[in-house]
Amino acid sequence: MNNIINEMSVNFLSKSCNESFARTVVAAFVSQMDPTIDEISDIKTAVSEAVTNSIVHAYKSGIGVIYISAKMYDNGKVIIKIRDKGCGIEDVEQAMQPLFTTGGSDRSGLGFAVMQSFMDKIKVSSKVGKGTSVTLERHIICRSRANGC
Amino acid sequence: MGVNISEDFEGVVAALEGDIDHHTARDMRELIDSYVSKVAPKMLKIDFGKIQFMDSSGIGLIMGRYKLMCSLKGELKVINIPKRIEKMVKLSGLTKLGIFNYCSKTT
Repeated sequence: MNNIINEMSVNFLSKSCNESFARTVVAAFVSQMDPTIDEISDIKTAVSEAVTNSIVHAYKSGIGVIYISAKMYDNGKVIIKIRDKGCGIEDVEQAMQPLFTTGGSDRSGLGFAVMQSFMDKIKVSSKVGKGTSVTLERHIICRSRANGC
Repeated sequence: MGVNISEDFEGVVAALEGDIDHHTARDMRELIDSYVSKVAPKMLKIDFGKIQFMDSSGIGLIMGRYKLMCSLKGELKVINIPKRIEKMVKLSGLTKLGIFNYCSKTT
């Protein structure tokens, strides 16, 4: 079993102006692991997709709280969880199909496809009326001993 | 951060700057659409050269403007795609539309 070397959590309102706050705060945390520009950019993109889903879909009829937690492990793995207490997803498998969207003509329907291809692993669990939780996992390649890997 | 709209001999050029996410895409879309629907150009070029970050909202932005230009019987080109957002563009499958122009020589 791998040991947690650091963790953080942050909560914020589901306002769209917090999308950049959310990905930036996760990037700042992960940067302790000395990631490459590409690794940071992939993680920022995946977090942005998950948070946008919570804002656009989960809390579509109002404002709620979005919870992010992140853990880093001594083997270079980082696990980020983005959770909301919104409306939930009726059919997770359908929601994860590329191009499927309920969000109108300017939504690409690529959110989950991006999370899947930019991260190593993704897990989605959702209960209608209770909320959704997206867990993203990414291995940061160890390039120096400085980050404790 | 934002949109800088100008005109050249081919039509309208919208140069985008900063990050594109669901929050910023809304203003970008409104600015581009209001200008384009007034001018009804034959060509709309969206310049991504100064984009630092883009999530899939940027793809939505391109798809929407593509449809808009089709409805105006005009053409859309997306120019100066930086290396850092090529991955997103490729994932979207939009590359087969042939409207993209990249910064890097490798693609």
